[in-house]
Amino acid sequence: MSSETGEPQAFRAWMQGMLLAFPIIMGYIPIGIAFGVLAIKAGVSPINSVFLSLFVYAGSSQLIAIGLIESQAPTLSIILTTFIVNLRHLLMSASVSPYLKGWRMSEVAAFAFQLTDETFAVHSARFASRSWRKAEVFGINVTAQAGWLLGTWLGITVGQFVHDVEPLALDFALPAMFLALLVVQVKERKHIMVALISGLLSVIFLLGGWGKWNVILATFLGATLGVGIEQWTKRQSC
Amino acid sequence: MDQETILLTILGMMLVTYFPRVLPVWVLSSRSLPPLFLAWLRYIPVSVMAAMVLPSLIVQDQGLDVSLDNVFLLAAAPTILVAWKTSSLFTPVLLGMVAVAFLRFIATL
Repeated sequence: MSSETGEPQAFRAWMQGMLLAFPIIMGYIPIGIAFGVLAIKAGVSPINSVFLSLFVYAGSSQLIAIGLIESQAPTLSIILTTFIVNLRHLLMSASVSPYLKGWRMSEVAAFAFQLTDETFAVHSARFASRSWRKAEVFGINVTAQAGWLLGTWLGITVGQFVHDVEPLALDFALPAMFLALLVVQVKERKHIMVALISGLLSVIFLLGGWGKWNVILATFLGATLGVGIEQWTKRQSC
Repeated sequence: MDQETILLTILGMMLVTYFPRVLPVWVLSSRSLPPLFLAWLRYIPVSVMAAMVLPSLIVQDQGLDVSLDNVFLLAAAPTILVAWKTSSLFTPVLLGMVAVAFLRFIATL
């Protein structure tokens, strides 16, 4: 720590986090708008639509849930589907846990509530850089969810007037962000191999009809393969 | 479905979504982990991001699309290249979006 007082530093770190969340909200706002429009169409009240984005805050499962609500699916099956779709966060949460040593339990609890695919991608790149700060982490999280809520609100209120966002290419913001953050974290040849195998397994599982499990299964197998290669090459060089 | 049932559904969804998000970090962040498990955890980011992004690039309408009409796949090339050269986040994302917008514009000509 420098001799500077903590507060301006924390403020700067918070602002840095807001900037880092910018690509996330570029992707979240249009998807949030789509979610808001579809939720109202499915017969979900405006306040319940906002509650979904505020309390559940998991894009793909929110979209799946409003589809199920529209088709009058039983409550328990909606909750079970949500559980399965969001189970992949187990692996992301485990993966960031070594960096959160010394955090208060309340901070860990607040952090985990806003852990999404997209915030995880940014956090894991920042954690690996070792120059991150706690205020930055929360700056990213709060900004990202604010963007998601803003999109939802826009979808509820003015969504029916928004027709075609395709020419703006906003639907490529999140894939591009994942690609960029993936490339930044590829540091050795075995990372490329793990990425390729995980990606291909995910595609195979998805096309094979395992769309709810493809990410978690491919990640589990890909990471296990990575450690396997690592152990094997270590033993070879002994 | 009435709004009260929907609210109850939302609360249930909140619990089952929060549980896998909080449990590992809550249990694991306060203890020291075996090196092999830590090594495994270090592969998760690369693995999970690849598992999420590759389907979004090559799966369209529940089928494989590796044709030259797939604008996401085409735009992925400059995005990866610029991310690799600059190690930044904004430049490749913006460039990728410009590429997608450009390719879509060309397709309408």
